[in-house]
Amino acid sequence: MTNFLQAVVNGFGQGSIYALLALGFVMIYKATRVISFAQPALMVVGGLVTYHASAVLGLPFFVAMIVGIIGGALVGMIVERLALRPMIGKPVFTLAIITIGVDTVLRTLNNRYIGVESRIVTYPNGNARYELGGVSISHQDLGLIAITAVTVTAMSLFFRYSRTGLAMRATALDQETALAQGIRVGAIFALAWGIAGGLAAIAGTFIAAGPAGMEQTSWIIALKALPAIIIGGLDSLPGAVIGGLSVGLVEALTAIYQPDVAPWLGRNFSLVAPYALMLLVLLVRPYGLFGTKEVERV
Amino acid sequence: MSITGLRGRPLVRTAYAQDMALLDSPAKRKSTLLIVLGSFLLPFMLTDDLLLILTLGMISAVGAIGLNLVTGYAGQVSLGHAFFIGVGAYTAAIIGGDPEGPVVGYGLPIYLWLPAAGIVAALAGLVVGPIAVRLRGLYLAIVTLGLVFLGDHIFREARSLTGGPGVGRRGPDLTAFGIDFSTTNTVLGVELAREQLQFMLALVFLVIFAILGRNIARSGVGRAFSAVRDRDVAASVIGVDLTKYKIMAFAMSSFFAGVTGALYYAVIGFFEPAAFGLTLSITYLAMVLIGGVATISGSIMGAIFVTALGRISGGIAGIIPGISQNAGSGGFISVFQLESILYGLLIVVFLIFEPRGLFGIWNRIRLYWKGFPFSY
Repeated sequence: MTNFLQAVVNGFGQGSIYALLALGFVMIYKATRVISFAQPALMVVGGLVTYHASAVLGLPFFVAMIVGIIGGALVGMIVERLALRPMIGKPVFTLAIITIGVDTVLRTLNNRYIGVESRIVTYPNGNARYELGGVSISHQDLGLIAITAVTVTAMSLFFRYSRTGLAMRATALDQETALAQGIRVGAIFALAWGIAGGLAAIAGTFIAAGPAGMEQTSWIIALKALPAIIIGGLDSLPGAVIGGLSVGLVEALTAIYQPDVAPWLGRNFSLVAPYALMLLVLLVRPYGLFGTKEVERV
Repeated sequence: MSITGLRGRPLVRTAYAQDMALLDSPAKRKSTLLIVLGSFLLPFMLTDDLLLILTLGMISAVGAIGLNLVTGYAGQVSLGHAFFIGVGAYTAAIIGGDPEGPVVGYGLPIYLWLPAAGIVAALAGLVVGPIAVRLRGLYLAIVTLGLVFLGDHIFREARSLTGGPGVGRRGPDLTAFGIDFSTTNTVLGVELAREQLQFMLALVFLVIFAILGRNIARSGVGRAFSAVRDRDVAASVIGVDLTKYKIMAFAMSSFFAGVTGALYYAVIGFFEPAAFGLTLSITYLAMVLIGGVATISGSIMGAIFVTALGRISGGIAGIIPGISQNAGSGGFISVFQLESILYGLLIVVFLIFEPRGLFGIWNRIRLYWKGFPFSY
């Protein structure tokens, strides 16, 4: 039982990272109907800006993280302006492939910065752990879960009550009608990419603060947000959070139980378990758990 | 009535069959013949390292044509091509591999392992097909991406078949018609080096599969694919069986991928499970996009161009100062990093400025000279 609870706690920690990334994917998808494959690179950019601010410039962790968020948001906006704005109105598939190209370029530059060593951001008091009934959680995971909860709440309040949030919802519903109401749709696109870049930067910061730090191969973590958004449904913000957390949980639980229960699945199956879960969910619900079913006009 | 035009006017069409002909104008017939025959002379003019790049490019072109069938013609975005290539590569390596090696191999000849690679990959495509039928657009792209990760896991764990990560295994033996393509050999009284032999073999296979691809595209099946791509609801209304054609598209494309996997790693000789990751899928997608979506000649141009990209960026690195030749630090950026940046930028630039790819550029040049001197 303790094992199980510990796995759940670990899963929530890792799941928060996926949830943040998934929120970014869904933000961009809702605004522009594009899945951004540049998210992994943006995550690494954010993590590296935080690293540079904290380890090289010597800023405290949370200040450095804010610098990282701003950096990630700026890079996201630049990508949108340079690579995606000229393509408005083109097929979404083309845009998705453009983001793959952007990702390749950004990732090479990131790897240039990272080099061979892993870049580790030190979280204040990160190794100390809270204990409760045999289950323990590190300060860092607790901070991550808290920050994710705050971010998600802030985002939902922003969409619900602010004028800009309303404009974003209107754009997601119908771009032309939104344009006719005087909403600057271009600015909304930039904002969506900015928010997505910022969210990815938080995720990147906590990956850099994690046990392995930010390495050349860390970008692959961000791709696990893809099963998360598919499970939750591409256009659902609550779905993204739930999807992200469930991917984290599934990963943690398979890591503990799969070697004993189903050893024939091979070593490290937990790393690909989210993709298997995604296939299962899609076989039952082709638009994810909370996604809107596409209506076909003939 | 001759099948080609009317009373000495070759471009006048009097029947639909002429419009859909494999090579629909005399100029195309002549130039294609010239290119194919000319290509057979290339091995005697180029150095061995260039020949190897072209060989690998032509083998990749088979896979690119396959991806173009499913993604370009049938409009089903697939990021899972690497998985099917891997299935083909391992099927071929197991059936045609060295029986005495550390991993499973049966040492059977090429006329067994090559078709088997295609067929097993096509079967894998058949398994994916039904999932594809339920999904559309980007959902499908992400699911096929999941396939690559699951496939990667299987390739890593099936150690007795694949050697496992960091170990790898040898590809099948490349011996056909009694000629060993992995060493220097005398064919019809001419002594040919390994690279020259492999180039010719790859060229023969490319011609076969290019004609096959073109024939699929211009037949009823190809038209059904286009209908599914352009509007699947409309297609099903006019009687195109969506399930059937989506599954067919995946199976056919996987067959091409399987053949590519088998031949590519037979030429390379040695490969690891890590080869079949997401990067490989993206490389093939880049070939299709840079070459030209829904064109066979574009797929070939794109595949050769992308394969040669390493060589091209190496050449650029020699011109631009501040680019170091080794992989480590030093200089502003290394050759390998320049290559991957160029590769990413090319995808972006082509899609923004020339969505029809290399084929589009070629088409514009052709139209310019066709109307010369009134090219406006």
